[in-house]
Amino acid sequence: MLHAKRGLQFTIALLCGVVFGFLLQKGGVTNYDVIIGQLLLKDFTVVKVMLSAVITGSLGIYALKSAGLVKLHPKPGSLGSSAVGGLIFGVGFATLGYCPGTVSGAVGTGSLDALFGGVAGILIGSGLYASLYPRLRSGILQKGDFGTKTIPEILNVNPWLVVIPGCLIIAALLLFLENAGL
Amino acid sequence: MDWLEAGRWSPYIVGAGIGVLSWVTFLLSDKAIGCSTAFARTSGMIEKLFRGDKVRQKPYYREFIPEIDWEWMLVLGVFAGAFISSVLSGSFRISIEHSVWTAHFGNTPILRLLVALTGGIVMGFGSRWAGGCTSGHGISGTLQWTLSSWIAAICFFAGGIITALFMFEVLSGGVS
Repeated sequence: MLHAKRGLQFTIALLCGVVFGFLLQKGGVTNYDVIIGQLLLKDFTVVKVMLSAVITGSLGIYALKSAGLVKLHPKPGSLGSSAVGGLIFGVGFATLGYCPGTVSGAVGTGSLDALFGGVAGILIGSGLYASLYPRLRSGILQKGDFGTKTIPEILNVNPWLVVIPGCLIIAALLLFLENAGL
Repeated sequence: MDWLEAGRWSPYIVGAGIGVLSWVTFLLSDKAIGCSTAFARTSGMIEKLFRGDKVRQKPYYREFIPEIDWEWMLVLGVFAGAFISSVLSGSFRISIEHSVWTAHFGNTPILRLLVALTGGIVMGFGSRWAGGCTSGHGISGTLQWTLSSWIAAICFFAGGIITALFMFEVLSGGVS
């Protein structure tokens, strides 16, 4: 099977990464100024890229899933993990000015702060977390657990009843941003 | 092929492209796009160089084995893809200067490096705590309409916006 061929999968991953990095750079989001501009609510490029990826991605993935061609990969989470971890991530995101994907791209465009600050810092931070993990695992990470549930599963409805209105709301938000000149 | 050399593409084209790319990774590799776990594995691999195989016994690395995997190759590709794109558009530049930083904090490369390192540490820690980053939760998770990912993504931006406003509007005295 295609999915079990390790060498071929590594090649696919590398090629998909090249396309991803190419797109991120062309979108301007490997640029520190663009990311900070988003977090200062002055330049909405990052949000536009992400939300148009969500619309396109979710319509396609749910269509492929309906056709039985793919299965979902929802990540588990809890309030203690997703919300608390998310806020910590956000503090670092603004301080660094890149995220883990765009920092790799920014290194590719020659940004030295991305390499010596960003990549080095993320490696240190990840290592620190690995050391603290045994203590967090049985404590805060369990608080308000909701597992790998998707919103359609929680509402117990046909996924399209979430996907279609959700995509329409996102499209309306993007239109609003354009009309507001942001 | 002027479009390959263009400095910027429309964010909607780029976003749609990333969306289509996610169809490809689900179909061909049964994987969702994500980046931060590759950093955690690399951190484990580096620790292994110093402390040997007992690193693999750490509970975290029993769950996330410190070795090169599919996502690691993806992140390597991101570096290469951005390099190719920036060279084609003539924007590749070995530099540490950013206009927003300079406008608020002056020409202070050492300070910028230290702040970036601190930010990287906090973000690396937070990405592991939340179980994903702006790619894994922010794009792949939200497009699957996973609850954990929507909460994480909203918190990434909430934390990021508050911190950025504090750094650039309060700490720097609001110069711009």
